[in-house]
Amino acid sequence: MPTFDLATSELRDLNSALHSIPAGANDLEYEILNPRGSHAVAVGCSHPLNISVMGPVGYYCGGMNSEATISVKGSAGPGVAENMMSGMVVIEGDASQYAGATGRGGMLVIRGNAASRCGISMKGIDIVVEGNIGHMSAFMGQSGNLVVLGDAGEALGDSLYEAKIFVRGTVKSLGADCIEKEMRPEHHELLASLLQKAGVTGVETSEFKRYGSARTLYNFDIDNADAY
Amino acid sequence: MTYHNPRTPPRKSWTFDDQTLAEIRRAAATGIYDIRGAGAKRKLPHFDDLLFLGASMSRYPLEGYRERCDTSVDLGTRYAKKPIRLKIPITIAGMSFGALSGNAKEALGRGASAAGTSTTTGDGGMTDEERGHSETLVYQYLPSRYGMNPTDLRRADAIEIVVGQGAKPGGGGMLLGQKISDRVAQMRTLPKGIDQRSACRHPDWTGPDDLEIKILEIREITDWEKPIYIKVGGARPYYDTALAVKAGADVVVLDGMQGGTAATQDVFIENVGQPTLACIRPAVQALQDLGMHRKVQLIVSGGIRSGADVAKAMALGADAVSIGSAAMVALGDNDPQYEEEYNRLGTTAGAYDDWHEGKDPAGITTQDPELASRLDPVAAGRRLANYLKVMTLEAQTIARACGHNDLHNLEPEDLCALTIEAAAMAQVPLAGTDWIPGKNRF
Repeated sequence: MPTFDLATSELRDLNSALHSIPAGANDLEYEILNPRGSHAVAVGCSHPLNISVMGPVGYYCGGMNSEATISVKGSAGPGVAENMMSGMVVIEGDASQYAGATGRGGMLVIRGNAASRCGISMKGIDIVVEGNIGHMSAFMGQSGNLVVLGDAGEALGDSLYEAKIFVRGTVKSLGADCIEKEMRPEHHELLASLLQKAGVTGVETSEFKRYGSARTLYNFDIDNADAY
Repeated sequence: MTYHNPRTPPRKSWTFDDQTLAEIRRAAATGIYDIRGAGAKRKLPHFDDLLFLGASMSRYPLEGYRERCDTSVDLGTRYAKKPIRLKIPITIAGMSFGALSGNAKEALGRGASAAGTSTTTGDGGMTDEERGHSETLVYQYLPSRYGMNPTDLRRADAIEIVVGQGAKPGGGGMLLGQKISDRVAQMRTLPKGIDQRSACRHPDWTGPDDLEIKILEIREITDWEKPIYIKVGGARPYYDTALAVKAGADVVVLDGMQGGTAATQDVFIENVGQPTLACIRPAVQALQDLGMHRKVQLIVSGGIRSGADVAKAMALGADAVSIGSAAMVALGDNDPQYEEEYNRLGTTAGAYDDWHEGKDPAGITTQDPELASRLDPVAAGRRLANYLKVMTLEAQTIARACGHNDLHNLEPEDLCALTIEAAAMAQVPLAGTDWIPGKNRF
């Protein structure tokens, strides 16, 4: 298994190596030692790699990930898995703000808490947070699913488009045009599959509430001006 | 005795002129602010207020038909492994597929490539047609991140992080539902027919310290190959430029308030930001103070119309310029041949700016298939190439007349100003004097 020690090797060499996997390569397991809060660790991966990051990372770990599975044995700074296309990123600790921002696919799992703006402008990514999330999460979320086992902060789902939000705990407040919606059978089915994929056990889908867009702000109406 | 008050000619208010009265009535009738495309229409100090001095006893001109005057420019030489070289210092500014038709985007690519320059994507992502027809394509990285993906990031020749634009520094955008076709909706991951908002700030960074890390991430994703531009609106050009350099930009794109937009509020376009002329010298000063002038390239946009404007911007210190509105006119925007149709839309050729409505008779700012088919991308691309060549020849003509064998050798010293305002903004002497307001005493 190739190992990169960021205490002794350059970030540029790490990412370059992760981008240059030869076709048909058998050795797809990578280990990254001593990340020590480095930014942009394992960004732009486009191969089905299994990458273990042995410690906390800074900004944008797993940014624009495609296909790779990245597991961080620690916490993550802002923008983890931003604009992810596919694959999976798992954070064993907490995640800072903008986790999964603009993600288009794949799954981001945060075993701890996520700070503000988790899933901002999400465009198809699935995000599962085992702890709590901060304010303005899923702001302008376009597509995908945000699952929260803990509580959500203020203005959840503000200006939401078609992203779905499932929260097991309390919601401090909902943002503009975000409403609670009925949990129909297809939503229980969807949520169960997301929890299973994220490796979450011991919870029932019936414990969650679903939130989505009221779709009243989809076309500008001067009578809605107070909502903006 | 009765007092006789003689009649005087009716007098309209300067403050409440016809345009103002009409806007008040429009606002009262609709309850919504006016949204339109294009840039500031108000009269502003501009390049017209500057003149070149030319050669005379103390300057030696170059022969126009024999002596070379170089026009090429290298962009991205600071950090990028693969900087780009353009034959001419006039680029095509970012305009989105969505705001513009596919044919218009193709025409921009064709015209730019024929003239040896770059074109730029816009909010909404990169289309295959655009990539295919653009020899050098700059990929915009915008707050909305519509269509953003690593594959397109890597097949771009340069990446432009858009912090702001001159028409609306500090503002986002709105693409109204009538322009959200199936394809546009799919590219932007949104339902068809809704009003699509483009955010005013990026979702995953705030401030130049964060931006420095964001740029690191993009460089790592693209293996440090691509030049990275930062585009800012004309707000605080000295500090914006200095902070862009600090954040790690290879190129700074500075867009004054005459720069166009696909759609935003008229009140924003006309009242926020600074004229292009006022932005250039502070930006150049910032680069010079940091020892980065010519190392970090400066591209200036907003109201560039002719080779004279190109030469003046470059004399003030720009490495290149960018055009948007003028390129659209070259394609056929606001062409008088469609005057009757413009009239039916309640406007006239030359004034049409409801680009957000998607009813453009010229087939440029529309997603309507019938209207879009009116624009032949091959012919329109040829017109754009012709226009770019004329601008380049004009700029060369002026540079040679000032004794320079490269457009980049033009200097502020080659210029004088016709007005005190322009002299102060461009920091060149008022014509007939050695007075630069703010620099020395009259």
